Parts: sequence; C-alpha cells; structure tokens
Amino acid sequence: MSKILEQENPLVDIRNLKQYFSINVGPFQRKPLKAVDDVSFSIRRGETLGLVGESGCGKTTVGRTILHLYKPTAGEVVFDGRPIETPADIRYLRKKATMVFQDPYSSLNPRMTVSDIIGEPLDIHKAYANKAERQEQILELMDRVGLNSEHAARYAHEFSGGQRQRIGIARALALHPEFIVCDEPVSALDVSIQAQVINMFVELQQQLGLTYLFIAHDILVVRHISNRIAVMYLGKMVELADSKEIYEHPLHPYTRSLMSAVPQPDPKVARASHRIVLSGDIPSPLNAPSGCPFRTRCAYARECCAESVPEFQEVEKGHFVACHRIKEL
Amino acid sequence: MATEPLLQVEDLHTSFFTPAGEVKAVNGVSFFLERGKVLGIVGESGSGKSVTAYSIMQILAPTGKIVSGSIKLDGQELVNVGESVMKTVRGNKISIIFQDPMTSLNPTYTIGHQLVEAIMLHTNRDKKQAQERALEMLRLVNVNEPEKRIKQYPFEFSGGMRQRVMIAMALACEPDILIADEPTTALDVTIQAQILELMKSLQKELGMAIIMITHDLGVVAQMCDEVIVMYAGSICEQGTADEIFYNPKHEYTKGLMRSIPTAETAGSKLQPISGTPIDLLCMPEGCPFAPRCSNAMKICLKSPCERMRLNKDHMSACWMNVKESMENEADKPKKKKGGEKNEQNP
Ligand SMILES: Nc1ncnc2c1ncn2[C@@H]1O[C@H](COP(=O)(O)OP(=O)(O)OP(=O)(O)O)[C@@H](O)[C@H]1O
Ligand SMILES: Nc1ncnc2c1ncn2[C@@H]1O[C@H](COP(=O)(O)OP(=O)(O)OP(=O)(O)O)[C@@H](O)[C@H]1O
Ligand code: SF4
Ligand SMILES: [Mg+2]
Ligand SMILES: [Mg+2]
Repeated sequence: MSKILEQENPLVDIRNLKQYFSINVGPFQRKPLKAVDDVSFSIRRGETLGLVGESGCGKTTVGRTILHLYKPTAGEVVFDGRPIETPADIRYLRKKATMVFQDPYSSLNPRMTVSDIIGEPLDIHKAYANKAERQEQILELMDRVGLNSEHAARYAHEFSGGQRQRIGIARALALHPEFIVCDEPVSALDVSIQAQVINMFVELQQQLGLTYLFIAHDILVVRHISNRIAVMYLGKMVELADSKEIYEHPLHPYTRSLMSAVPQPDPKVARASHRIVLSGDIPSPLNAPSGCPFRTRCAYARECCAESVPEFQEVEKGHFVACHRIKEL
Repeated sequence: MATEPLLQVEDLHTSFFTPAGEVKAVNGVSFFLERGKVLGIVGESGSGKSVTAYSIMQILAPTGKIVSGSIKLDGQELVNVGESVMKTVRGNKISIIFQDPMTSLNPTYTIGHQLVEAIMLHTNRDKKQAQERALEMLRLVNVNEPEKRIKQYPFEFSGGMRQRVMIAMALACEPDILIADEPTTALDVTIQAQILELMKSLQKELGMAIIMITHDLGVVAQMCDEVIVMYAGSICEQGTADEIFYNPKHEYTKGLMRSIPTAETAGSKLQPISGTPIDLLCMPEGCPFAPRCSNAMKICLKSPCERMRLNKDHMSACWMNVKESMENEADKPKKKKGGEKNEQNP
C-alpha cells in the first residue's frame, strides 16, 4: 500500500483519507455517510491527476477535504512534505492550494465586478501594498487568462460561460498557488468553448508549473488533460494508472464498463464497439454494500467480494487496482 | 419522393417576443423524418434545438410563437390546427422526454398513478388495463420489481430510473415519433449507456422514429442515422452520420469536430473554435458563423449562404462549398455541376 505514497517528490500526498458526514435518517437517528472512505494517493509536482467516477462517488468531497474546506474525519494530507494539522498549516495550505468550480454561473457573485471578484483573494490575504499594485495584479491576471483587461469594471453576468470560467480561473491564480483542484471546470461549457478553456489550463500549467487534480465526468476530456487517472466508486478508489494505460487496458470490472460506455464521437468506432452495460443502479452511500463497493453490479462477484474490502494494490508498475479477483479476470 | 415522410418540417420560424426584442430562436428550419429512423440534432447551447422540438409539439412558452412555416405529420398540417388536435397528437403520435426527469414527474403522486393516468389519457384502456400496461412498460424499460416500484414516489427512484420511467411513459402509447431532448445529459456514463441501449432496442422493436437532441457528438455517433447541425437558429449542415463525421463541409461543423479531445490530442493542444456564441438579438447580416469563422470571406459577412446539396446524403450552407464547387468547375470546364438549392433532407 505504501508504495503508491513513495512517488518521488509528491506535491500532494493523501494517506487513508476519510470523510464521513453525519446524516439524519430518522427523528433522533443519525448515520455516517461515508463520502470518502480510506483513500490514498499522491500527485507529483507539475502533474495532472484526473479523477473520475459516477455522480455522488465522492470526487468533490476528496477535493474539498484535501484543501481542508472539510476537516478530514481521519487520514493525513501532506502538502509539499508538510503534514497539514494545525490552523497555521491550514493557512499555509490555503495560500498554496485552491479550487476552481464547475458552474461559472453560480460560483461568481453577479453583483461584483470582475475586478472585485479577482481581487477578493488578494484583499483577504492582503497581497498588495497599495491600490495601484492591486489593480496592476488584477489586470495581469486577466491578461493571463485571455480576458480583455478593459472589461475589468464589468459585472460577471455580462460575460459568456467560457469567459466566466476564465474569471474563476484568474481568481484562483491570484495568490500564485502551486496546486489547483479543478472540479468539473469545463462540464458546463459547449464543446468549442470547452476546448478553449482546456487549452488555457494546459498553458497555465506549463507557464506556472501548476499541479492539478482534475475532476470531470467526461472521460475524453480527462484522458486529454491528465497524466494519470484515478477512478472512484462509492467513496473508494478502485483503480489508478497512467491515463493511456487505464483507458486502453482498464483492469477493474467497474473501470472496464466505464471505459467501454464512453460514447465515441466516431460512428464506425461507435457501431463496432462493445459496450459492457451494467445492470442495476448505484447503491446509496448510506447503505453501501459490505466488502467491495462494486459487488452489487459486478459480473465477476463471488462470495469473497462480500466478505472483505479488496486492497488497493499495485498489480503492474504504477497500476493500482482494488479487486479480489484481479488475478483471475 | 413516392411516399409521404412521417414528419416534414418546412421553413419553420419560431420567435420569442421579449421586452428586449424579438428573439428569432428558429430561423428557417427544414427537414423530414422517415419512419423508424433516428435523427440527431446537435449544436451549441442556444442554437435552437429545443425550440425546434417544442415547436413540433407546440409546447412553447407563452411568449414564443411559430411565426411561419409548416409542420406536417403524416401529411397533416399541424401549424395552427388548434389545441384540441394537438392534444391528440401529443403522447399518441409524438412523445417527448426531457433532460431532467424530476421536473417532468409530479413528486406528490406515485409512479404508478402517473403512468396509469398518462395511459388512460392517451388510449381507451380502462383503469385495470392501464395498470397492466403500466407494469408491462416498467418491465420493458428494465425496472426491477415493477409491482413494488409502481407504488413508490419519484424521490425513491435514482436519476437513471426516473429517466427510464419517463421513457416508459413516453412509449406507453406507442408513438410514431419519440423526441428525446438531451435524455442522458444529466446521467452518468454507465447509466447513459443503459438508457441509450434501451432506446435503441425499443426503437427497433417498436419501429418508431426518434429525434435525438444532444450536444454530445459521441451520443450522435452511437445513435443516429442522420444528423442536423444547428447554429444560431438555422441548420448549417445536414447529412448521414458518416458524411457529417467523416466529411464535414460547413466550417462550423469542421471546427466542432476538430475541437473534440481524442486519443491523438492527449498531451497536445486542442483546436477550439475562437470567439463566443452568437447573440440572437444582434444577428450578423451574413452567415451567422462568419464572426467566428477562420475562413470567412467577404461574401460571408455580407449575406448568408443558401443550403446546397453536395451529394445525395449531404447538404451544407457554407460559402466555402460554393467557392470549392466553382474552383472544381474551373478545373474541369466540361462537366456540369448540379447544385440544386433549398432542398430538404439528403
Ligand atoms: N456537505 C455534505 N453533507 C452531507 N453529505 C454530503 C455533503 N457533501 C457531499 N455529501 C454526500 O457525499 C457523497 C459524495 O458527494 P460528492 O459531492 O463528493 O460526489 P461527487 O463525486 O463530486 O459527485 P458529482 O459528480 O455529482 O459532483 C454524496 O452521497 C453526497 O450526497
Ligand atoms: N422562453 C423564452 N424566452 C426568450 N427566449 C427564449 C425562450 N426559450 C428559448 N429562448 C431562446 O431561444 C434560443 C434557442 O433556445 P433553445 O432552448 O432551443 O436552445 P438549445 O439549442 O436547446 O440549447 P441548449 O443546448 O442549451 O438546450 C436561445 O437563444 C434562447 O435564449
Ligand atoms: S472485488 Fe469482486 S465484486 Fe469487486 S470488482 Fe472485483 S470481482 Fe467484482
Ligand atoms: Mg462533484
Ligand atoms: Mg435545449
């Protein structure tokens, strides 16, 4: 298990991270919802790690817990070698690491001007000496993300979806972070605009040496941008490998069906491809199955799968899978 | 054309009359749909895909109006027929499913109640027969334990199950046409695969035609025989799926195809379409795509290009095609070129 953690010089190192939410299930009854359940992985400096999985599997919660927007129920986050434990650690983390959200419409305050939106983190962290310096930084950030700096005094609602996403990114860059959790940052955008924003993420990464955790449900987008891809299911990590490897040779039964289900934008390929269609629905995380979280929909499930949680282990170099039957598949 | 197409839309214009002015959401759309075929409509947000569908169903918002054009179902004109005729068309002949199944299901009634009501409304089955039919439909769309499920409320269903219930409801009356407006956009990839597979097999089994509205080119490639590409309220290109994907002829479609991430693009730059989507309140004079088109010529900025037939499976409305055909003509001056205009489907 610890092998994954021993990547050279990881910028972000997550060990046995858990995030349980306490949920009301009756008038006086509460139950833990295991949104993230014992997840370990690391992200190298300058790398993009893609994170995919079905809605509700815990992707956003992983991102937010890493940034300590939620206090971890258990487990450890080590950032650039520094374990995040005390409030001072958290303040340090918040400067170095930030988040970009999916919905450029609702994540920006429509009553604020672009310059106020981008300037807000600068204000909070008092990252300038005077007004002129503040303005200069804002204009530079706008320029960086391809926004016309003459529009600094406009309101967010006057911009298109792609432009709003740029505003969100400029804001995220304000404090010169090293690590950005990108939570579905292009999902709300049309294909053509999506490509503009994806290119910008790549350019910024190259210029500024950024490290990304890139959450998305569009596998084609994730494959394009990521060095490695991690797959989650019901709060657990089920597979992690190089993005080409996991796309072309998925090992976990869930990843196999996921990859086979990706609609291919090519009629001949689509007609010829064999989709592994899963039956049944995703169980509620409040009633997660015992053992392997995927066993209720898995065609390979045996008794052992209900008995214990399969270990997340390295089966080929850099290829991690959590499945009891991995050797027999 | 020997037999009449199932659905024929001709020069449809639909507008919304808002305080800011007339929004020409659909601007001269023409196409036809044959029995048993799957027609895809793609295009970016706001290009008029849903408004085209809502015009066919005549379920537009109160400010919306079909300004001109014709919509014929089995030869019968539907524009201005009146609400009583449309009531028999909706559900019986044409059904629609929407992106968000939760908004189309009533949270206060059981799934069974809603299915039975819909079936009784559109067929002359009595309550008992309708209940039988409801169970049969739930089984058809792979809902486990339908006897138990039928007594449950929408909130007890997952998103994918709700969408299957919507399909069951839409198909309960065996419509000739199913319009699916982004039926899987809100769903996960594996659930999407279930729903698409289900739609395809039901379509084959029941022989109905489908209009599949989506912005996902992967869904189009998987499902559709024919494809319409919309931009700013008009059809810019139309053809068989193979023609559109392997031989796109409109600059917008070409740009769209180039901007999809593929196995080859990993680690390199994508080729996006530059600029921002069009504002329908200030439409350009010429080709609506001209302001974003990297190959725009003078004529593109001046007047929109008429739809041209390129071959029997393909039509496009792009001045580049005119230019190319003129160049070809110049190359081989003897051969005659047949570029009939303003036709309908390939
Ligand atoms: N603040 C919260 N309080 C209680 N439960 C939560 C909270 N945030 C998330 N959850 C639950 O935790 C689980 C994981 O949610 P999360 O948002 O991380 O999923 P996700 O993978 O990001 O899904 P999506 O793809 O839909 O964004 C879900 O069951 C969700 O309902
Ligand atoms: N009720 C309305 N009032 C005013 N304008 C409207 C109304 N409904 C739609 N429109 C406008 O009509 C145009 C076409 O909208 P439509 O919903 O058909 O787009 P679409 O192609 O379905 O987009 P999407 O992919 O986002 O669903 C848009 O510019 C939209 O703003
Ligand atoms: S552990 Fe068992 S149930 Fe889980 S994926 Fe492997 S075979 Fe399937
Ligand atoms: Mg999320
Ligand atoms: Mg729509």
